[in-house]
Amino acid sequence: MYHTKTLSELSALLEAGDVTSVQLTEHFLQRIKNHDTELNSFITITAEPALKAATAADEKRKAGKAGPLTGIPIAHKDIFCTKNIKTSCGSKMLDNFVSPYDATVVEKMQQAGMIILGKTNMDEFAMGSSNETSFFGPVKNPWNTKAVPGGSSGGSASSVAARLTPAATGTDTGGSIRQPASLCGITGLKPTYGRVSRYGMIAFASSLDQAGPMAQSAEDCALLLNAMSGFDPKDSTSLEKDVPDYTADLNKPLDGLKIGLPKEYFDEGLSKTTNDIVQKAIDEYKAMGAEIIDISLPNTHLAVPVYYVVAPAECSSNLSRFDGVRFGHRCEEPKDLEDLYKRSRGEGFGDEVKRRILIGTYALSAGYYDAYYIKAQQLRRMISDDFTRAFEKVDVIMGPTSPETAFNIGEKSDDPISMYLSDIYTIAVNLAGLPGMSVPAGFNNKMPVGLQIIANHFDESRLLNVAHQYQQKTDWHKAIPEQFK
Amino acid sequence: MEWETVIGLEIHAQLRTKSKIFSSASTAFGAAPNTQACAVDLGLPGVLPVVNAEAIRMATKFGLATNSEVCKHSVFARKNYFYPDLPKGYQISQMELPIVGVGSIDIDLEDGTKKTIGITRAHLEEDAGKSLHEDYQGMTGIDLNRAGTPLLEIVSEPDMRSAKEAVAYMKKIHSLVQYLEICDGNMAEGSFRCDANVSVRPKGQKEYGTRAELKNINSFRFVERAINLEVERQIEEIEDGRKVVQETRLYDADKHETRSMRSKEEANDYRYFPDPDLLPVVLDDVYLEEVRKTLPELPAEKSTRFVNDLGLSEYDAGILTTSRELADFFEAVINESVEAKLTANWIIGDVSARLNKEDLSITDCPVSVIHLAGMLKRIEDNTISGKIAKDVFDGMWKGEGDADTVIEKKGLKQITDNSAIEAIIDEVISNSPNQLEQYRSGKDKLFGYFVGQVMKASQGKANPAQVNTILKDKLK
Repeated sequence: MYHTKTLSELSALLEAGDVTSVQLTEHFLQRIKNHDTELNSFITITAEPALKAATAADEKRKAGKAGPLTGIPIAHKDIFCTKNIKTSCGSKMLDNFVSPYDATVVEKMQQAGMIILGKTNMDEFAMGSSNETSFFGPVKNPWNTKAVPGGSSGGSASSVAARLTPAATGTDTGGSIRQPASLCGITGLKPTYGRVSRYGMIAFASSLDQAGPMAQSAEDCALLLNAMSGFDPKDSTSLEKDVPDYTADLNKPLDGLKIGLPKEYFDEGLSKTTNDIVQKAIDEYKAMGAEIIDISLPNTHLAVPVYYVVAPAECSSNLSRFDGVRFGHRCEEPKDLEDLYKRSRGEGFGDEVKRRILIGTYALSAGYYDAYYIKAQQLRRMISDDFTRAFEKVDVIMGPTSPETAFNIGEKSDDPISMYLSDIYTIAVNLAGLPGMSVPAGFNNKMPVGLQIIANHFDESRLLNVAHQYQQKTDWHKAIPEQFK
Repeated sequence: MEWETVIGLEIHAQLRTKSKIFSSASTAFGAAPNTQACAVDLGLPGVLPVVNAEAIRMATKFGLATNSEVCKHSVFARKNYFYPDLPKGYQISQMELPIVGVGSIDIDLEDGTKKTIGITRAHLEEDAGKSLHEDYQGMTGIDLNRAGTPLLEIVSEPDMRSAKEAVAYMKKIHSLVQYLEICDGNMAEGSFRCDANVSVRPKGQKEYGTRAELKNINSFRFVERAINLEVERQIEEIEDGRKVVQETRLYDADKHETRSMRSKEEANDYRYFPDPDLLPVVLDDVYLEEVRKTLPELPAEKSTRFVNDLGLSEYDAGILTTSRELADFFEAVINESVEAKLTANWIIGDVSARLNKEDLSITDCPVSVIHLAGMLKRIEDNTISGKIAKDVFDGMWKGEGDADTVIEKKGLKQITDNSAIEAIIDEVISNSPNQLEQYRSGKDKLFGYFVGQVMKASQGKANPAQVNTILKDKLK
């Protein structure tokens, strides 16, 4: 059936006239209807406008104006602003918010002709690694509905894994694309910071946030990245750099590829089974002619503490605009201004968001700024330098995406530190602004395990090439949970 | 005890960009509330700031014009605080690395001497919106049209020693930013306003006293009044055995008092940090040189040129260069081949007096450059006297046409015909036998009487020089 097909397969079917966009859209809307009550991966479903857009896409195709993605459905993480569709960011604060404009990513996917099925569930304001902090309830992992899908792009990962949508967008501040991709057994890519516009993406930590594709394969990610990337005059931090065709290098042989294995990613924190699975993937690369080089990223242990100063600091300021004055939740009958602020924010934000605002406010306070924020920035540079030195010796770096497979819902809710540590391998990549991917590499106790691949700045083509070649030799990315087949 | 006043000013000059500092919304004044606020100005979720290159250029101009260091690497920072007219919950400003560093400007003191006032820094920032407290039935209305308007905050060293010096400095900066065409200087609309840091100390003491900050003063007159009032208050505090506390005070022009807004303890912790949405502003030598080339002739240079090339007095040159418009008006008139000194006298004298009386600025002067030049030429060629010219000027002011038309219509043409003047003089002499006798018997002072009578009889039109000569001759 259509839902097992990759984007390029669907594109070929549409082009051949074997299926229409309307048929595809109806098919996926039906799957969402059938399965999403169980998974809770969508916050908003936009059936009617989707069908309308699909009809238009079919007409475009008839007129000979279709591109490779025209008429193919997609779901957007509910962090991207969408005109006329609610954008909640997983929060009660924005439960009533309809943006008057489209995020650049949304606009670009629409220009590519993709059909929006709806908006996916997520950790509140992208703060979380399990999707349990969403105001709209936790998302379930299709491989085991008692388990979390990871986060914060949990709804996107879960819906792609269950094949409720052919692809989805996500955002990654500390691992929010890669970790849920790993936990749900799909392919996810966080591009280089500045590759994809952040305009219209509700900011969590501005210097770390980056949007990227979540799909069934590396090839699909390449197609999506082609449409998503590029300089945006509305985002000063997006880079004025040409966008190559990311599908062009997919089939380059990996002969002589230098893969670095940081010893810090394979220490005692990593479960033996995950370690074995990653090693097996490495063996696969060896067989393809890659050279394995042991490297060290000596400041890896600093990544989580640095991140939990920088990200909350930025978020404490970014989230100040949610004050109940112009949009979003406003408390009933405010007594005065202070009451309006206190209650609107107190009622609108969940616990994890409040925790991070408090941490960040503290870190930026007079008397603490130098010891926390400035220090963290200095260490961030050291972490980044580790990678610079490593990429003088190797082409890509590999390791596990997450130290363990999906844990059960509720298991870590009371232990933020242990929750934060589930991003231990992904966070440094954001601090250094590098592109990183997670690709399915096997199963541990029937739960997916992801292999993380990291490349140098703007080397997404190589990243996708390396991931695609692995997916030509393995079938892990094709696995679908039994009940969603 | 003798006290010394110490003053530093923070001037907010609204930059004359067409669009806002971080969005493309218009900065025009006076539009209906919230019609000039786009998604970025409203601080909607997901929006991002993009810096307006024009604002950078204007700040650079200011830096170059004050011989300040223009920083090649400056950084925008967030100043975090909650207020309903501050949509993002932070103001984008510059903290540690402002675009303009240390510089200075000379001010003219009343005794004719100059004094150099240090400029600590000037940084770019966005303005907030406005809270409207009336007409909302106990609620507050928010107008975000002003939100995101570019401001250059110019911070001086505590170099001023009196309210008068503070006003002189403020006027100097006010004139400069208009010369540079980076600020319209409109104080009534709030385009140019200042905060004053005021303290007092016993004369001779090196350490500064505790200062109070007077907020948001928007006229030269109020600056002087507010500072003097605050100085009196502080001296009284100390002399009564109390201490001046560091605080922010508001000057109330209606009640003529300053009152406390908040003390140091109540001050916000603004939690400044570099704005991660904006890249550092990096300027290179090529850029600075390009901007330097666009700098106009500055007041001091212009004034020197007026003295050296046009032979004006320093005093006249100083007045004529207080505003670029006034200087331009002056130069436009002399470009019509009118003598400079005569032109200067008229512009500083009658023209300015009339403008002041009717509360107009030189750009609104009803007498055009061409008309004024035409009239001055008639003085030069003796068609009219300087005195008659006042009537001609009045006619032109009232829109009665150019000088020749007014002269013609009112019959104000000067009498330069010797025989005509002689006839008038003869008549005056024959009508004043007593005075003639006294004069001839040695009362020289009466000469003025005869001149007056002749002028009166000619309705002021007789050429005064000729009257003098002929009269002297006839009275012998």
